[in-house]
Amino acid sequence: MALFKLTLKELQDKFTSGEITAGEIARAYLLRISQVEPKIKSYISLTSREDLLVNAQAIDDGLKAWRKTEPLMGMPLGIKDNICTKGMRTTCGSRMLEHFVPPYDATVMTKFKAQKPLILGKTNLDEFAMGSSTEHSAFGPSRNPWNQQHIPGGSSGGSAAAVAADECVAAVGSDTGGSIRQPAACCGVVGLKPTYGRVSRFGLVAFASSLDQIGPITKTVTDAAIMLNALVGHDPLDSTSAKRDFPDFTKSAKKKDIKKLVVGVPQEYFAEGLDPEVAEKIQDAIQVLEGIGGKIQEVTLPSTERAIATYYLIATAEASSNLARYDGVKYGFRAKESKELAEMYHSTRSQGFGPEVKRRIMLGTYALSAGYYEAYYAKAQAVRTMIQRDFDAVFQEVDFLVSPVMPTPAFRLGERLEDPLQMYLSDIYTIPASLAGLPAISIPCGFSSKGLPIGLQLTGRPFEENIVLRAAYAYEQATNWRSKRPVIRS
Amino acid sequence: MVYEPVIGVEVHAQLQTQTKLFCSCPTSFGLPPNTQACPVCLGLPGSLPVLNQRAVEMAVRTGLALHCELNLANQFSRKNYFYPDLPKGYQVSQYDLPICGPGWLEISVNGKSKRVRIMRAHLEEDAGKNVHDEGSEDSHVDLNRAGTPLLEIVTEPDLYSSDEVDAYLKTLRDLLVYLDVCDGNMEQGSFRCEPNVSIRPKGQESLGTKVELKNINSFRYAKDALDYEISRQAELLGEGGTVQQETRLWNVQNGQTAVMRSKEGAHDYRYFPDPDLLPVTIDSEWIEELRGTIPELPSVRRQRFTQDYQLSEYDSAILTDSKGLADYFESCVKLFSHPKTVSNWVTGELIRELHVSGTSPEDSPVGPERLAELLQLVDSGRVSLKAARDLFPELYSTDLTPEQLVKEKGLVQVSDEGQLTIIIEEVLAAHSAQAEQYRGGKEAVLGFLVGQVMKASKGKANPGKVNELLKQSLAT
Repeated sequence: MALFKLTLKELQDKFTSGEITAGEIARAYLLRISQVEPKIKSYISLTSREDLLVNAQAIDDGLKAWRKTEPLMGMPLGIKDNICTKGMRTTCGSRMLEHFVPPYDATVMTKFKAQKPLILGKTNLDEFAMGSSTEHSAFGPSRNPWNQQHIPGGSSGGSAAAVAADECVAAVGSDTGGSIRQPAACCGVVGLKPTYGRVSRFGLVAFASSLDQIGPITKTVTDAAIMLNALVGHDPLDSTSAKRDFPDFTKSAKKKDIKKLVVGVPQEYFAEGLDPEVAEKIQDAIQVLEGIGGKIQEVTLPSTERAIATYYLIATAEASSNLARYDGVKYGFRAKESKELAEMYHSTRSQGFGPEVKRRIMLGTYALSAGYYEAYYAKAQAVRTMIQRDFDAVFQEVDFLVSPVMPTPAFRLGERLEDPLQMYLSDIYTIPASLAGLPAISIPCGFSSKGLPIGLQLTGRPFEENIVLRAAYAYEQATNWRSKRPVIRS
Repeated sequence: MVYEPVIGVEVHAQLQTQTKLFCSCPTSFGLPPNTQACPVCLGLPGSLPVLNQRAVEMAVRTGLALHCELNLANQFSRKNYFYPDLPKGYQVSQYDLPICGPGWLEISVNGKSKRVRIMRAHLEEDAGKNVHDEGSEDSHVDLNRAGTPLLEIVTEPDLYSSDEVDAYLKTLRDLLVYLDVCDGNMEQGSFRCEPNVSIRPKGQESLGTKVELKNINSFRYAKDALDYEISRQAELLGEGGTVQQETRLWNVQNGQTAVMRSKEGAHDYRYFPDPDLLPVTIDSEWIEELRGTIPELPSVRRQRFTQDYQLSEYDSAILTDSKGLADYFESCVKLFSHPKTVSNWVTGELIRELHVSGTSPEDSPVGPERLAELLQLVDSGRVSLKAARDLFPELYSTDLTPEQLVKEKGLVQVSDEGQLTIIIEEVLAAHSAQAEQYRGGKEAVLGFLVGQVMKASKGKANPGKVNELLKQSLAT
């Protein structure tokens, strides 16, 4: 079997046993990327062939001296291009940062680099992670490997497409309202959004600080656990990072049943707007969960209908402030030939940001304005608390929740570009867990009649990624959706 | 119409932490532009703030000294506006939940004491500096100062004259310096004040329209600017005009204030809680611990000095002007228990020398121990007062003890009766005419004879002793 088809776990085993070298891995992926990338466009920047081979050689050479391997050593990874990589440009999918080269690594990069992986490149995203399709990337959209006329989801669409198209063995994305889970569902891979505070945000370019969270996008649940192990931990550089112990998550992904676990089915997630094909697949999945020992219980999350409005007030308000620093003064894009300061600000931000980012900055600025703050931002915070309480109450009774990830399979490129509200609705099932800061995973649960993947979302209590991973693993083992792979003709 | 001014004051005090409010960059001044700036100071994408606990500690100590209600749960908010010296496009400050709530500070104006109510005090980060090239269209930004911790202290509109404002500012400055939280330097901008003033017909309850004053960087300017502004407003109202709510800049050159921005031009800062920082929780045990570190405050100490040491109000005020000087004085008094004498030396010789060498009392080369030793030598008659005064500056530049220096300089005072009697006899023999005049009742001649003995002893004779022995000799 070709190297690039292996899962992270399989590749790790072969590398650790000495069956393959980092050099072989690097060459296999360079070849794969050269064949597939022109069609899928997962990456904004790629590590040069030369640099990658030098890195791989250094790993193979060093291995004799180190005498031990790290879990991610030699593993070819894709990094979402809103995570700062020292010396490697980090664009956030924006003209504003097209040539921005960070002088420092994000904490997750520091953690990764300690394990000596192969960083293949920086993956595509909607500009500043604002979007659900990668169509808002200043560098053009990525394509869904299952059907190139369709979106790969977003905003971590490049990461999900790269994993699905075997352009990396695993990737990291970031999730603010569904940006890991939704593209994972669109591309038929696994995407995990950890609990807010589980993974350091230092070096993750902020979209909405109270929601942003880095997480893995992988081929399997076991791979997600391996990646999560490398990402988690308290970071003194991030005040919102949690001082919590963390288990070895790979041990959570071992059991093939979920006996004694109570599975909550929130009725609000099966209401109007859910595509019948998706609904059917989710119902099938619920039966599978019951079949492997889960006790199914219907629950209610009454504030769900308010989640989207709440999210688009809080996230845009934070974004309007977080993106104020892109003013043309210190770094990044500056519009030419401005006569005075106000004009420089105006031209720089008008030309540097794309339409979706400008739309959200305006929404957020409005929500925070004098006279509107109480009615919008403050009200949204109050509703956010209600949504959290809904979850608290439900988690008294159930161990995790099962739901769709997205109301429909991946839509066609361009289909919703002119209709922001329709685009926003694609995050309707992922947003509540974001507002409540809960861990949630997206795993494949079948295909539409057109052959597009459908995702299943499992949501757990805060800091109970282990339960979510356990259930996801048992489901994955009971089904075999991964056996079907996209065919990309080069 | 007689008008009464009503004044409130905002003070921005730069806290003397080693590092900035949200990162570990040093707060040092005067270094090349943008060398004290990390990704956090520069507002680079992905950088995050981490609160400096020392700054919180200083704010709590100040709050305690100002009798403020402390908010055990307080919060940082973002104040959003665009300016080149503001790297993130927002300033991290405190808005609806400041660290210090209402309190008060007692001031004394023309011998009368008065309580000024403090509305609040909150922590915030400073901005950088825009630097404009003379004769060029270019502007530069220096972010070394960006992120330096400030404590903004706001009063209620409780001050009714520029003299009261002057007293408030000086009392507050002394207090902050005593607490070791701020160096109180107005010229360098580490203690900035922005008064707001309105006037109203005397006797009227409701307040007039207030004007904020900026660009005031000395106590003198605060007084001048307020006096100017008060008369400007009175004149305006007297002519039947109205005062506009606005911010005005003080112009030192022409001694006037001019409009900087009107109320309409005021920003909408769109404050909201900073999601990158958790709410700050202060536990009451820590507060009590900090309460124990608050030194005796200047006004209390001043009073104690006049009572316990029987010093004049004036001397007490000078001595307690800085904590270092007051501490010096008290250490010295412990070793040499003549407070008045010590006070004279500290307010005279010591302050003069400190001033000349630009040293602080804490770093004085002549510490309280050495001064006490010198004063002992005078008291015991080992050295004359005059010689001791002359010696003081030399003590400054030597490691010798006063005793050693006196010996080295050969300034040990001769009090030995035998030695003095020999000199006296020689002097009387040489000046027998004057001796006769004295014996004949012309007592004023004694001064001349004492002078001659001192001269013959090369100034080392103990003048008191000489006086006594001369009288004895002349009586025989």
